[in-house]
Amino acid sequence: MSPAGRRVRAVVAKELRDFRRNRALLASMAVVPAVFCVQPLVTVFTLDPSVSTALGQQHVLLYMLGIPAVVPSFIAAYAVVGERQQGTLEPVLTTPISGGELLLGKALGALLPALLVAYGVYGFFLGCVRLFADPAVAAAVIRLPDVLAQLVFTPLLAGWSIWVAIMISTRSSDIRVAQQFAMLASLPSLAVTTLAAFGAVPASAAVGGLAVVLLLGLNRLGWRLATAAFDRERLITGTRG
Amino acid sequence: MGRFGRDDRSRRPAGEPLPAGPDAPVLTASGLGKRFGDRTAFRDVTFAIARGEIFGFLGPNGAGKTTTVRTLGTLIAPTAGSATVAGLPLTPANGPDIRRRIAIMPESPGLYPRLSVRENLACFAELYDTPEPAGRIDRALRSVHLADRAADPCGALSKGLRQRVALARALLSDPEILFLDEPTSGLDPVAAHDVHELIAELSRGGVSIFLTTHRLAEAERLCDRVAILNTTLRTIGTPAELRDQLFARTLAVETQAALDDPDRVFAGLPGVDHWRRTGPCGYALAVSDPVLAAPAVTRALVADGADVLSIGEARHSLEDVYLELIA
Repeated sequence: MSPAGRRVRAVVAKELRDFRRNRALLASMAVVPAVFCVQPLVTVFTLDPSVSTALGQQHVLLYMLGIPAVVPSFIAAYAVVGERQQGTLEPVLTTPISGGELLLGKALGALLPALLVAYGVYGFFLGCVRLFADPAVAAAVIRLPDVLAQLVFTPLLAGWSIWVAIMISTRSSDIRVAQQFAMLASLPSLAVTTLAAFGAVPASAAVGGLAVVLLLGLNRLGWRLATAAFDRERLITGTRG
Repeated sequence: MGRFGRDDRSRRPAGEPLPAGPDAPVLTASGLGKRFGDRTAFRDVTFAIARGEIFGFLGPNGAGKTTTVRTLGTLIAPTAGSATVAGLPLTPANGPDIRRRIAIMPESPGLYPRLSVRENLACFAELYDTPEPAGRIDRALRSVHLADRAADPCGALSKGLRQRVALARALLSDPEILFLDEPTSGLDPVAAHDVHELIAELSRGGVSIFLTTHRLAEAERLCDRVAILNTTLRTIGTPAELRDQLFARTLAVETQAALDDPDRVFAGLPGVDHWRRTGPCGYALAVSDPVLAAPAVTRALVADGADVLSIGEARHSLEDVYLELIA
């Protein structure tokens, strides 16, 4: 592994260790998925099997893709401003790490727990549907294209939310304000999944492919913009460099 | 203190002129300055530091000391002048290479409170790409006497212990130049003494130390040279040089009883410029050379029938120099 890769790995490892011991963060990460999981389960279990085909998967899509759009913004919004308020940013910046490496490490550190939560909740949901829902409803909800969409779009949506939140974090001086703005910034992603859930955007393979390309581009752009917004001098002194 | 430092260099004796050629200074600043909009943090700062030198950087709050350290550490960009740090010109492009060769211990320890001491150090060892990080961490912890606290979360440590962890962190990268911003702030006297010993040990190993401190006694005891900054550099030199620049050399004389006519005793003695009373039986004599003047003064006092309790050179402290320049 290159020195740059090792530095990114060091940041990711530090982030994951830190998150595991941050009870407030874990609690905030647990609340949203719990809320997003309960509603579709209630819907599925109360659904009349005769209308399941029309309704099942789209609501699931709405809620399950909402998790990667919202959950990582809590963590990523903390990434820079949290370190700054804690007084740990300056020592990190005295090392050879570049702004891009630091932010990539922060983004991966937010992405991994977000994926764990999103996939975990989706797996739990599918397990519940498979085991306890009416077989006709289960067949309508658990379909290969939907599962694939969930697997593919979860990291892409999470990545975009993370980069937006990190950009906000690099420009913010208060953790709570950063988290609130990051939450607001994740709403457009939710809007897109809502449009798809209600059929305003046709859930076809072509649209899905286009969305994948678009999100990949947005993720790359997000990394670049966040790195450009990362001004060491302003972060250390509070004054523009 | 355990041995810790760069083994390929030797310490420059205090006061010796800065060497040239292959032993060129590890740090030079020439007309360096930094402005934040209309506010000048520091300006026209020029100095050089030799390998293994302990260089004290003194000044009041807001004088620009920390900003100077941050500038030399590539955290912020200068707005005037130039510098070389660890042999590299201070440019944005050289930032990562410079940071690889130096270490900075900021005034605030800046440790991750939920991570253990070892986990904190392990993270930074990897950021510095330190070879054999485990062994290096063990050495750093032994150097600051924290080997038995390696598993403790940093959030549970006292301020003094956190300061020592931050010092251990600064040692991980085997730096050529170590910037220490108030390293003994919050430490008890024994811990501060240990840090002083470690600094001296590092210096003997060839590490150049850039020490920012408000503790003037600490600077006087440790530093080969000191600079006093108050936005601009007010003076630079060894503590003895600074004393000689600012103050006349003085012989302090104390007798058992007050002299009847001090003017008659001290006037005309070789090397004595003038005298003043410092107490009922105490006298301060301004002299050009205390070694030359002391025997003559002693003979004159004895000839006058005075009982001499003490006679010796009165030494001005670095604090006197600082107050003379800053207050």
